[in-house]
Amino acid sequence: MTSMNDSPKPFRVPSGTRDSRRHTPKVEMKGLYQRAVKESFVKLDPRIQVRNPVMFVVWVGTLVTLLLTFDPNLFGTLQADVNQQRLLNGLITFILLFTIVFANFAESVAEGRGKAQADALRATRSDTIAKKILPTGSVQEISSTELRRGDLVKVVAGDMIPADGEIIAGIGSVDESAITGESAPVLKQPGTDIMSSVTGGTRLLSDELTVRITADPGQGFIDRMIALVEGAERTKTPNEIALTVLLAVLTLVFLIVVANIPPITGYVASFLSTATSEQAAADLRNGASVAIMISLLVALIPTTIGGLLSAIGIAGMDRVAQFNVIATSGRAVEACGDINTLVLDKTGTITLGNRLAAEFIPVNGHGMEDVAQVALDASVFDETPEGRSIVALAERSGAKVSFDPKLAEGVEFSARTRMSGTDLDSKEIRKGAVDAIRGFVRSRGGHVPPTLDEAYERVSKLGGTPLAVCQNNEIYGVIYLKDIVKPGLKERFDQLRRMGVRTIMLTGDNRITASVIAQEAGVDDFIAEATPEDKIEVIRSEQAQGKLVAMTGDGTNDAPALAQANVGLAMNSGTQAAKEAANMVDLDSDPTKLIDLVTIGKQLLITRGALTTFSVANDIAKYFAIIPTIFAAAGIGALNVMGLKSANSAIISALIYNALIILVLIPLALKGVQFRPLTADQLLRRNILIYGVGGVIAPFIAIKLIDVILPFS
Amino acid sequence: MLQGWIQIVLTLLILVAITPFFGRYMARVFQEQRTILDPILNPVERFLYSLVGVRAKEDMTGWQYARAILYCNVVMGVLIFSIIMFQQFLPLNPTGIPAPTWDTALHTTISFITNTNQQHYSGETYLSYASQMWGLGYHMFTSAATGLAVGIAFIRGLTGRPLGNFYVDLIRAITRVLLPISIVGAIVLIAAGVPETLAGPAIVPTLEDPAISQAIARGPVAHFEIIKNLGENGGGFFAINSAHPFENPNGLTNLITLVSILSIPTSLIYTYGIFANNIKQAWLVYSIPFVILVGFIIITAIGEYNGNPAVNALLGVDQAPNLEGKEVRFGWAQSALFAVITTASMCGAVNSLHDSFMPNGGFSTLSNLFLQIVFGGQGTGTAYLFAYLILAVFITGLMVGRTPEFLGRKIEKREVVLASFLILLVHPIAILIPGAIALAFPDQLAGISNPGFHGLSQVIYEYASAAANNGSGFEGLGDSQPSPIAIAGGATTSATALWWNLSTCFSLLAGRYVPIAALLLLADSMARKQPVPATTGTLRTDTGLFTGVTIGVILILGALEFFPVLALGPIAEAFQIARGIG
Amino acid sequence: MSFAREASRAVRSTLVLWVLTAIIYPFVMIGIGQLVFPFQANGSIITNTQGQPVGSALIGQPFTSDRYFNSRPSTTSYSTADPKKDESKVLQTGVSGASNLAPSNPALIDRIKGKADPDPEKAIEGDIPRLQKADVKPTADLVYTSGSSLDPHITPEGARAQISRVAKARGLQPNQLEDLIKQNTDGRSLGIFGEPGVNALKLNLALDALKPT
Repeated sequence: MTSMNDSPKPFRVPSGTRDSRRHTPKVEMKGLYQRAVKESFVKLDPRIQVRNPVMFVVWVGTLVTLLLTFDPNLFGTLQADVNQQRLLNGLITFILLFTIVFANFAESVAEGRGKAQADALRATRSDTIAKKILPTGSVQEISSTELRRGDLVKVVAGDMIPADGEIIAGIGSVDESAITGESAPVLKQPGTDIMSSVTGGTRLLSDELTVRITADPGQGFIDRMIALVEGAERTKTPNEIALTVLLAVLTLVFLIVVANIPPITGYVASFLSTATSEQAAADLRNGASVAIMISLLVALIPTTIGGLLSAIGIAGMDRVAQFNVIATSGRAVEACGDINTLVLDKTGTITLGNRLAAEFIPVNGHGMEDVAQVALDASVFDETPEGRSIVALAERSGAKVSFDPKLAEGVEFSARTRMSGTDLDSKEIRKGAVDAIRGFVRSRGGHVPPTLDEAYERVSKLGGTPLAVCQNNEIYGVIYLKDIVKPGLKERFDQLRRMGVRTIMLTGDNRITASVIAQEAGVDDFIAEATPEDKIEVIRSEQAQGKLVAMTGDGTNDAPALAQANVGLAMNSGTQAAKEAANMVDLDSDPTKLIDLVTIGKQLLITRGALTTFSVANDIAKYFAIIPTIFAAAGIGALNVMGLKSANSAIISALIYNALIILVLIPLALKGVQFRPLTADQLLRRNILIYGVGGVIAPFIAIKLIDVILPFS
Repeated sequence: MLQGWIQIVLTLLILVAITPFFGRYMARVFQEQRTILDPILNPVERFLYSLVGVRAKEDMTGWQYARAILYCNVVMGVLIFSIIMFQQFLPLNPTGIPAPTWDTALHTTISFITNTNQQHYSGETYLSYASQMWGLGYHMFTSAATGLAVGIAFIRGLTGRPLGNFYVDLIRAITRVLLPISIVGAIVLIAAGVPETLAGPAIVPTLEDPAISQAIARGPVAHFEIIKNLGENGGGFFAINSAHPFENPNGLTNLITLVSILSIPTSLIYTYGIFANNIKQAWLVYSIPFVILVGFIIITAIGEYNGNPAVNALLGVDQAPNLEGKEVRFGWAQSALFAVITTASMCGAVNSLHDSFMPNGGFSTLSNLFLQIVFGGQGTGTAYLFAYLILAVFITGLMVGRTPEFLGRKIEKREVVLASFLILLVHPIAILIPGAIALAFPDQLAGISNPGFHGLSQVIYEYASAAANNGSGFEGLGDSQPSPIAIAGGATTSATALWWNLSTCFSLLAGRYVPIAALLLLADSMARKQPVPATTGTLRTDTGLFTGVTIGVILILGALEFFPVLALGPIAEAFQIARGIG
Repeated sequence: MSFAREASRAVRSTLVLWVLTAIIYPFVMIGIGQLVFPFQANGSIITNTQGQPVGSALIGQPFTSDRYFNSRPSTTSYSTADPKKDESKVLQTGVSGASNLAPSNPALIDRIKGKADPDPEKAIEGDIPRLQKADVKPTADLVYTSGSSLDPHITPEGARAQISRVAKARGLQPNQLEDLIKQNTDGRSLGIFGEPGVNALKLNLALDALKPT
């Protein structure tokens, strides 16, 4: 056994069902929509629009149709009623404007949530007075903004912790609800590696701490978190960039297609003027007027996904935040969807952090009562959950403490001895790793009974941890410490496997124990007797096969592995080093969340893909609405399969559909497509049916409906 | 009617049947494995490598590969241009033809070097035997081998291998694929009646009126004919290409022609399957163009079988095949089949005149040119097809919740830029922009011979054929300068021909070199990626479902951009004919 | 790699492959053709009983008179010209070509149906009126121009439609002509590929050889 397993970890296991745990710090959502509406118009600023090539084309088109509303003959005289043209162009302008506004609205709502969250966080960050300890030892009160990395501060009960830091002295309970939303205070103390870090903006409830500041002002955890949820540092993810490129190319293609229609129809019109009639020629030329060409262009370019793309990304980050996880970049969230392998610690992630005593196994001819008694005596001073479970089991077996604890002395566990126990005047009572006890007994001149190995093996085969107990040089028996696999994990690992994600369990246990737990938990692979260094080795070897690896960690010695992993989720209770190395931090310090993050990452990508497919599939219907009607004079009216009333009605219907569909899809973009743990084939089949085939059919129906409703002739 | 369909089905079956054998052979050739021709060819190739100065194992990057193609093609272009311009001073000019106009020579050079063989000239009256044999015939090998090399390099890159060496691939494509088949094929063609002679035209008195003479044009046709088809070149020795009885004398030669046209682009997909070690995927990918091909054949054949209603009315029948521009020995079935296959494969040889096809044929042939992947050009067609697959993966692959990957390699910005540029952008730029300019000035530039909607199709077809490196045409278009003989006799040059010669050069070059460079860079970038192992969470591209998705993506992305011109061209013409002309 | 080295490879490969594919390959094929298949390699030229060449077995000839089975309309009149008035120098090189008329082109209908015009230069006789005048029931192949303008064939129906006319002009029995048509019909290749066609030149040569009964 290594130290990894022996030191109990202060994991907090959040209570309640998974969904009820999605809590953010209290966020004011009132006024979100009003603000978003206002933002949607502010964002009409061309300097903002130019960042989105698809919507910028719509923006320019709106401007041109606006000009054409004032002067329909701006680009050459049309043989049509000017007022009617003006009305049509005005309508087109209006709808195009709202196409942009709707897209802006989607983005604003998504951003609004982040902003609200940031505001709540910012409220906690208001300047506080810090008690800086000067090198002379005296205390000086300064503003928290003047603190620098390396400064020492004193924090007393009731104070706000002025900045991120590491506890050097003192023990105290800290209220971290400002960032985690968890109301129960957390015990913080120095040197424990895990519980020694404090976050600026949280409040000390009791006692007094001396803290070394680890972040300069504005660089603290909360500051970074604010920047992230607010979207200020939002950079496009690689996949988003690639998609933007594709959308830009599609836009350019349709720009070329549409720009070339007028000369082509010009040729056909001159033929019609001799072959059919002047009227037919004029109709055809009107069908290719600039305003209609802009409408056709806007209908064909992928405005649906173009308008919702950034909202999808922001909402994805936001969903992560709602899970109380802070991602340092969208890239990390995206990577979650791609994870091939999860590297999970056994303790705290797969099993409950604490093993519980399940059975006493007597050896060496001792009775059950004797073993219980010795185990109890050995554990009186053991405050770890394991120790307490031994006490409880012993007491249930009828044992009672046989001495006055005041006269005894507890022997603390150390990684070197791998034992703990109690010293009385005449007795040395110990419990610990079987090897360690064996050595202890031998050093005291005792002998090791052969039945010890049998008991040891029996426990190991059950997946438990055997602890031997002895009194002086006499081994009494073995305590069977049982690992409890967290409920529901097996099902979740099954789901992950279906999604193609492999799980590897790391444990300090021996092979036999590890394999039993691995089987019970349903992980795909395990590494027994693992050292922290093994973690990074596993990650490297998986990555060498091209796999993306996610892992959780909290200790300083996890930092290299967290940095090496494609997704490293650090526990908020962990050390500063771990948090800095990771690209995500879980405020609840619940390592099982990694599984949820995979789902969120996939959901983000699926939403993006679904809306892209939908947007592209829509083009068929839009083509069939517009082209046959505007070119009806060329005799292809029979292609108007929807039976739309007229060219103008078709154009307006298609544009209205085009604008409304953005609005309709905003909830989907923000909430994300519902994720199901299916195989890729099943997912593709399902989503192609809904968003691909649906994307072909839906606009046919919708455009026809709008056409019926519209009062055009 | 049934007889016609049986021929069509049998021809397609033969094509499918030879695919695995030929595909496997090409895989062996380009994986440098043992083949039966080794004893003869190994020493020959070693000799050729030493002459060229390459070492067989010297791999190139995508950019080096592309540059080698460019340099090589420039040098070859200079050679062929010189031969054509100096043909009157060279031997093998039995009909004494002077040099054609510079723009004709330039267009012909670029057209042949790009494997297009768009012909703004007539073989009999513009070019000497020397120009045909030493200039054009040469390019039929090198441009086809270049395409094949690009296809192979692309497959190598896609499957994670180094791209290989262009000169080695070029030489092996000629010595192991094109030349051996050409030698056998040429002998069969000669036996079937295709001339192979240096003698000039035979002049005979006609039977009906001996005062009138007939000039029977001849030449070294057979060796030229086979590589014209096998290399998907399509530039006929005679003006009228494979409709000429000397190029394609009977049903058997027609079958050989069709099979040789389509055998390399079909088999190359199987070759991919061997490289990727996934034959199932190869057949699924194969089914994409095959389904589209069959669809277009049906559409076209029905149109030609039913014939022109206006003429049928005059003949007093309900149905008579449209034989305008068709040979009796081929009839509606073999003509329709040929038209679709030649445009599908970017060969461009014709055994009947596409301009005279019913609008169904115009629709199918144009769509083939727009799509470029209905098996597509030599090497490049297969590569395009996989570029479409990459785009389909990118668009729909997100829907399985992973960033898209193809063959385990992530599709990122660079790949999307290259693939979308290649597939979506080059074509409309090279077709629609010059097409719109020509149509804006129909009299000054376009030289349209068939008025109305069909004229639109003529113009668009010419640019689509150039950009897709096909080479067939709606030949009524005024795209040819007068022959050198006519010019010597005092004919004036034509402005529309000058416009066509120069503007199609733009489309030819843009449609060839931009995609080749993009394909090679795409392959290079795929090859350099660390492959991700497949899991149940990975989008599998070798399923019927994904194949169906890809067809959808191809039709929506590849065809919809051309819907407006199809609507105003062949579709409007079809409605016009249905209503009755005039 | 230096530019000079790349350029040198480009030049060397160009020349090496040129010698292989443009010199060695074609001349070997010409050699084989001339040695093994001299008849086909030189254009399948057929001769009359005097040994004079009269045409090619594969190339059609114009036949428009009543005494012969007419061939299909041709845009180049089967690459023929009067040697004395050959302004366009057809006989220097030989030509091929097609009408390239679209089905929607009114000119196609005019050509087939004929068009009256006060200006006799502009008037078009029309394929159907011409055939009807000659008492031949028009078939598709006889009104549509061929692809090459050199099509050696007419359809068997097209040939049979002309039997009565030719029989009348030559004083032959129609059943004699039926047999002649059968003898000069090229069937489908391998019985499957292509369409059967009657070789008009061969048919008419055989016709000339036939003695009136």
